Amino acid sequence: MSLDAKTVAKMARLARVGLSDEQVHTYQKEMQGIIGWVDQLNEVDVTDVPPMIGTGLAQPRLRDDQVTDGNCRDEVLSNAPDREGPFYTVPKVVE
Amino acid sequence: MMSSIFDHTLASAREALRSRKISAVELVDAHIDAIERLDDGLNSFITRTPEQARLAAKEADALLAKGEGGSLCGLPIGIKDLFATEGVRTTAASKILGNFVPPYESTVTANLKRDGAISLGKLNLDEFAMGSTNLTSAFGGVENPWKRRDSDAKLVPGGSSGGSAAAVAAGLVLGATGTDTGGSIRQPAAFCGIAGIKPTYGRCSRFGTIAFASSLDQAGPMARTLQDCAILLESMAGFDPKDSTSVNRPVPHYEAALGRGVKGLKVGIPKEYRIDGLPAEIEAIWQQGINWLKEAGAEVVDISLPHTKYGLPAYYIAALAEASSNLARYDGVRFGERVSGASLDALYEATRAAGFGDEVKRRILLGTYVLSSGYYDAYYLRAQKVRTLLQRDFLKAYETVDVILAPTAPSGAFAWDEKPTDPVQVYLNDVFTVPASMAGVPALSVPAGLDGRGVPLGLQLIGRFFDEETLLAAGSVLEQAASFTHRPTIHAGVSA
Repeated sequence: MSLDAKTVAKMARLARVGLSDEQVHTYQKEMQGIIGWVDQLNEVDVTDVPPMIGTGLAQPRLRDDQVTDGNCRDEVLSNAPDREGPFYTVPKVVE
Repeated sequence: MMSSIFDHTLASAREALRSRKISAVELVDAHIDAIERLDDGLNSFITRTPEQARLAAKEADALLAKGEGGSLCGLPIGIKDLFATEGVRTTAASKILGNFVPPYESTVTANLKRDGAISLGKLNLDEFAMGSTNLTSAFGGVENPWKRRDSDAKLVPGGSSGGSAAAVAAGLVLGATGTDTGGSIRQPAAFCGIAGIKPTYGRCSRFGTIAFASSLDQAGPMARTLQDCAILLESMAGFDPKDSTSVNRPVPHYEAALGRGVKGLKVGIPKEYRIDGLPAEIEAIWQQGINWLKEAGAEVVDISLPHTKYGLPAYYIAALAEASSNLARYDGVRFGERVSGASLDALYEATRAAGFGDEVKRRILLGTYVLSSGYYDAYYLRAQKVRTLLQRDFLKAYETVDVILAPTAPSGAFAWDEKPTDPVQVYLNDVFTVPASMAGVPALSVPAGLDGRGVPLGLQLIGRFFDEETLLAAGSVLEQAASFTHRPTIHAGVSA
């Protein structure tokens, strides 16, 4: 499958990674190479093979519906790059 | 030759501390001094914590004097900077977490602390553990303390746990934590001439370990001997309710398995690992390993792991997809570096453009691609199905063999400037380590010898789910037969 510059720019937009035109060009070449290489997976017959989701070793488990952690607002906020009191700040989202 | 404090293994230092032949303060001070002497060059540490370590050493001596203290009391170790450590900067070797100070402790490091281990600091790695060279770190590459006989060129320590491997090999710490997603403990261990274990997925808690690919990430020990690894693993492992993939089963006394021997053990040799272009030296060390196990009474059996070839491409799809999702959290709002923007989207884009390095960006973009609408089935779903086939290969093999022997990496350590520019060529470093990661089975690497240029080579053993003990028993036989006592050029015990 071919991976063009437009697709790379779209992925960058979806992943919210800002890229210059020059970077889009560089990544396009590298990503095209990697995708060409992984295309060999098409040789494998996966008919009736279920996808492996985790290793299946840990059993899903339930626990008592009790609060076991929390009450640590200041710790949670301690690494905020910018804050006002107990709030994170972001640029204006709603006019 | 006069014996030096740097001749100690973790195990022998433990005995010397308990019998009060040395104090924890002496031991810790000597290692802090070695870091100050050697690590400006090696760059194996991102953050050094000598003050905390000295305080902890005093407390350890007080306990040891009373005959108390945990299994690791007073022993200096290093922590890969992917484990959250309360109050100590944790960066994942990324600019985006350059000033992140976790308000909580990872379960693995909490376990080591509980048992009295003393951290000398946070060890360098590839950014977000993405790489096989330790050259993608935002804090600079790590130098392998080994050199080729005929050259002074800086060699890579392997990756992603390259700082851990280099620090252990150079004698700056007695052991270290690593994490292994596709070979990140085993490959650097092999490149630096030390031992390392990637336990069964679910054996060590992932809580507080910065996530790369959650279905593959597994913490494990790195040290100069397998006994040291066994001691560390026993402390690190165990059930943790805070990790939904943690498995609730007892932690064995791993050290006890070391002397079991391999008499009657069936060792599988996978024919698919004899890849085209495998260097003769790697082939030879593998054959040497086969002979050593045979001489010790093991039965060697040829086996087939038919989907081996597809392990790497399936791994890269699965790992990159999970990485793109895991790394979505670095948005410049709640923690980490922020670059302002006029809108929220502009802030995200600018923050992530400035905060992530090239390798991480490429992986996020590819991960986004294989998960995106229209490509999900062709790539991600297919890779997960191939993963099932890879796991079935191992489960089938373990119907006839107890353990599998293979090389750890397709080469020894290469020079910084020999790193291929093609990403696919770099990925091929992990060709022998990725299949066990995909299956979730445990594996270890043990130093087996030197190549023609004097650089260490490792052998890998891959075992059954939760059978780290058989790995240790067989690994110990290899370790004794190899009697690997070589030391790297740069070592704490070599006076300047």
